[in-house]
Amino acid sequence: MDFFKFFNKNKTSKDVAKDRLKLVLMGDRGVSADLMETIKSEIMQVLNKYMEIQTDELDIQITKTQSEDGERMVPALVANIPIKNVKKRN
Amino acid sequence: MSDVIVITSGKGGVGKTTTTSNIGAGLAAMGKKVVLIDTDIGLRNLDIVMGLENRVVFNLVDVIEGECKLKSALIKDKRFPSLFLLPAAQTKDKDAVTPEQMKELCDELRDSYDYIILDCPAGIENGFKNAIAGADRALVVTTPEVSAVRDADKIIGMLSAHGISDYRLLVNRVRVDMVKRGDMMSMEDIMDILGIGLIGVVPDDQDIIVSANRGEPIVTMEKSRAGEAYRNICRRLMGEDVPLMDLDPSKGLVGLFKKWFKN
Repeated sequence: MDFFKFFNKNKTSKDVAKDRLKLVLMGDRGVSADLMETIKSEIMQVLNKYMEIQTDELDIQITKTQSEDGERMVPALVANIPIKNVKKRN
Repeated sequence: MSDVIVITSGKGGVGKTTTTSNIGAGLAAMGKKVVLIDTDIGLRNLDIVMGLENRVVFNLVDVIEGECKLKSALIKDKRFPSLFLLPAAQTKDKDAVTPEQMKELCDELRDSYDYIILDCPAGIENGFKNAIAGADRALVVTTPEVSAVRDADKIIGMLSAHGISDYRLLVNRVRVDMVKRGDMMSMEDIMDILGIGLIGVVPDDQDIIVSANRGEPIVTMEKSRAGEAYRNICRRLMGEDVPLMDLDPSKGLVGLFKKWFKN
């Protein structure tokens, strides 16, 4: 049996509760549209140094995804950023 | 300086009314002038928990509607000379009062009392908005259950949205045996999730049911663990720096004796 799976099965119920609460509160609290816009524009600023981005098709959102061990769902920031062109480095 | 404190939780049944009655009695026993307001219109309960149900004549809605004077609606608790209760109406609904009227009432009471403590109804609708309208600060009551913690988080967000930034957490009904074996979230776990400061932790205690049965607050029972926890919370509300009590019964003197007898 997988080493991590063994540990996961032994996870106490309070750990399960904490994990589930943290995930559900992320959704309950939500990230405001304003904050999301700020995050987007700051990511863009960084990426613009190295490549040209197709800004109108940019998609960044907070979702849930399976954890690495596949045992539970964890929150994730998923970004789909179409690249027009990679800038030439001098 | 008087202090208006709302006891709230979001979820029902986590111990708001018990907390209100014990903090009220505790502060009064420590010499403060206290008035408790039951804002749960339609589901009046603070009176029966405190053992004052037979003395209700007028209520919160009567006062707001001008049916009686504020003074004549206040029930004086004979056990604590400086403790008063303004009961909720039982036959009206929550829309019988407005947040503005509640704020006026709280401000009127500030002149005569050190502490005005509001027992908030469960939920996030008008009853909640009425209860918090006049408050300076809030105590958010939760138990170590996922549902109660989630609702507490929602309430914290709503308090901030309504301009109350001074709120502290009260973790109620903690069972040390379950925390020890990892089957109950500890106060640290809950603080980690909610990210707010703590006013106190109250252990799960059968005497709470017994005291409510008899209509006597537990805060004055010297030997009760929950009573001690409430006394500590009262002192913290008054600004004293009181360390958190050790909830583990196997550690105290009684626990030591128990261990000896077992061996």
